[in-house]
Amino acid sequence: MNEAVAQSAEIDLGLEIDGDADQYLTFLMADEEYGVDILRVQEIRGWEHVTPVPNTPKYIKGVINLRGTIVPLVDLRERFGVETIPYGPTTVVIVLKVVGEDSERIMGIVVDAVADVYNIEEENIKPAPDFGSVVSIEYVRGLASIEEKMLIVLEIDKLLSADQLQAMSES
Amino acid sequence: MSVDMSQFYQTFFEESFEGLDIMESGLLGLDIGAADEETINTVFRAAHSIKGGSATFGFSVVAEFTHLMETLLDEMRDGTRMVTEDSVDYLLKSVDCLRELLTAVQDESEHNAEFVNEVKAGLERILHGDTAADTASSGGKAEGETAQEKPEIEGWVIEFKPADYLLKTGNDPVRLFNELSLLGEMETSCCTDNIPLFAEIEPENLYLSWTITLKGNIAKEQVNEVFEWVDDDADIILTCLGEEQAGEEKSSQEPVPLTVVESEANVEPGNSDAQGAEAESIVKNISPKAAAKPAAKKITSKEQSSIRVGIDKVDDLINMVGELVITQSMLGQLGENVNSANIEKLQDGLAQLERNTRELQESVMRIRMLPISFAFQRFPRMVRDLSNQLGKEINLVLLGEQTELDKTVMEKIGDPLVHLVRNSVDHGIESPDEREAKGKSREGTVELNAFHQGGSIVIEIKDDGKGIDKQVIFDKAVEKGIVNANESLTDEQIFDLIFAPGFSTAAVVSDVSGRGVGMDVVKRNIRELGGTIEVKSEKGQGSTIIIRLPLTLAILDGQLIRVGEDTYIIPLISIIESLQVKPEQISSIGGQAELYKLRDEYIPIVRLYDAFGLTPDSTDLKDGLIVIVEGDGGQAGLYVDDLLGQQQVVIKSLETNFRPVEGISGATILGDGTVALILDIAGLITLSRQSRGRAA
Repeated sequence: MNEAVAQSAEIDLGLEIDGDADQYLTFLMADEEYGVDILRVQEIRGWEHVTPVPNTPKYIKGVINLRGTIVPLVDLRERFGVETIPYGPTTVVIVLKVVGEDSERIMGIVVDAVADVYNIEEENIKPAPDFGSVVSIEYVRGLASIEEKMLIVLEIDKLLSADQLQAMSES
Repeated sequence: MSVDMSQFYQTFFEESFEGLDIMESGLLGLDIGAADEETINTVFRAAHSIKGGSATFGFSVVAEFTHLMETLLDEMRDGTRMVTEDSVDYLLKSVDCLRELLTAVQDESEHNAEFVNEVKAGLERILHGDTAADTASSGGKAEGETAQEKPEIEGWVIEFKPADYLLKTGNDPVRLFNELSLLGEMETSCCTDNIPLFAEIEPENLYLSWTITLKGNIAKEQVNEVFEWVDDDADIILTCLGEEQAGEEKSSQEPVPLTVVESEANVEPGNSDAQGAEAESIVKNISPKAAAKPAAKKITSKEQSSIRVGIDKVDDLINMVGELVITQSMLGQLGENVNSANIEKLQDGLAQLERNTRELQESVMRIRMLPISFAFQRFPRMVRDLSNQLGKEINLVLLGEQTELDKTVMEKIGDPLVHLVRNSVDHGIESPDEREAKGKSREGTVELNAFHQGGSIVIEIKDDGKGIDKQVIFDKAVEKGIVNANESLTDEQIFDLIFAPGFSTAAVVSDVSGRGVGMDVVKRNIRELGGTIEVKSEKGQGSTIIIRLPLTLAILDGQLIRVGEDTYIIPLISIIESLQVKPEQISSIGGQAELYKLRDEYIPIVRLYDAFGLTPDSTDLKDGLIVIVEGDGGQAGLYVDDLLGQQQVVIKSLETNFRPVEGISGATILGDGTVALILDIAGLITLSRQSRGRAA
């Protein structure tokens, strides 16, 4: 599983980068396709055992050992209150670098599957209307259309910021 | 070509602070009246390096201040000034002052200008006070008044006649002029009379000399500072503008100025005023940048820290790695061809690997270790000042200064130690007369001793003072409502009372101690480091305070426990004992809180699965085990499913990528690569107390 993912990512990375287009890694969650800036992606892993952390919100699945550092994992379905599905063979953990006000942190998100890598030019990312997606508009940077499909580009720094995690656990 | 100087700041600060320590210990070792020349030289050299460095980096306030100290030291070195108690006191004060200045520069914050000016004035008073010592050698430098105190100076005429080999020394006059132009409005005229015939010109020689007119209210030192490095290789004549006669001449030659005004120094008349103003604001000791962001102080000071490691430790490490590589290749060969014949070799190899790993771990840990003298070295000075202040005679004995301790632990133990030594000096040691009346020597002794014991370091603070009166402590505690009058306490428990918050026995609150805010903080700090503190005292004989600390904060001895499917780690230091539950010893209060009776004491039971929302093997207390733990908030019995092994674990922070979690102090990685969480016992006890409070 891991190899397959790595391979597909590699092939897609081989795409030519045109002009000022940025590359986005997309993944699937509850039949919607989301994108994150590929430069923020540290690695993609299969789902494996995590150590649960007590007294944290349910969407914090726990922590894993990523070559000696302790990295927390957030289940995106639970984070957005979407109905959960059992983790299957396509379930992956995308390890991301989150840039906060004064620090950089490494966090993982658990999603249904990785999808693709696209080149998207900045001007093609349109501001999102409040369209009733499962993800609150606050965390969406914009929408992009690719071959008739709609891609939701996420604002991961906001989504996974320390304040957010703190606020969530208090409420 | 511009070099980013800021990359060297860190090194400069480290070296300067080290220099300050050297100066301090040197000054303390000076005998009044018969000063050792070598010691003065050492102190002088340290001051000189700080001055040079700070001038290079443009920390003019520091450079200016150090210059005064250096002048005084220079006179002592030359023997033109006697080493007096007064001057040593002022030099020590200047060391403090310099430390303050450097810290302020480092943090980009504002320094305590009042203190600095006071010390400065004192130094100047000493320098000018006795004119006898004010010999020619120091005459120029001794004029150490700051610009703002001086009457208005219109400017300076500087005659600069460099020796012909100046360029070879790496000095470039243009750079000097650029520097000068920052001080005020500048005009330069160049004298070309000395240029020989073309055929005779030596291309590497300098044949020019200059007359520079510098306008503005500029202190002489500022001008001198610019020429500091070329002082020996040039004739420099400074004349105050408006005064016709030369102030002090180093040479009697008269240059013939030309009328050509060169704009070599790139002075734009438009902004020279602004530059002058900027220079002045530096003189006023407040850099505008610093004033703008005083709030950033804490963040910047924490930003970087480095450590000096002895070359022998690094060599050890390299040897160790070499061995590890050999073992690895041996195992690699064996691994290619595993059969029953070489299984024994394989086991040997693995044993060797284990040994290598352990040694490597130890060596790496040793890199973080520093001798405790780093923490001890401030005490001679402190005890000296305090005993002067309090009129006591105290002999400070330092033992085991080479005992090594983790740098982080060292940084955190500094303040508690200061507090304890202050206490010993203030409360412990009696006044000389009082001691004599008791038949003791007039001079009291405070002894600081550090040594290793098992896996921890022990620091003892021992005094031969009046000791702790148990009755006084007890009465005071009763008065403060900390204990009941009819309680009977062991000696140990009574001594422990002095660590209770809000407890102070000093009859008079002095500057030094007696506010009763200290000891509980001391105890808390030491507990935070995973250490313990203990007091022993005999009335009339003195007291001993014993601190035990773990050698390092990066590794901890842990007890692995299991609740359901999850493994947690309890720091071994907080475990008192583990036991199986006897049902008859459990009593519950109001159906909520459970207490376990252990030898006449009732200990609240914390069901770990409850506190953490886990699924245990069994909720029946008698199926599992109770681990009695002690944290800051008292004792508790943790109910767990099973005890696993004990092992040393490397502490990893949860906060790096996540956030602090209640009841968890950190995480570690177990042998199989999975993460296990380390329990924060004190936090856990508070947590369960709160949840009980809510439930009740």
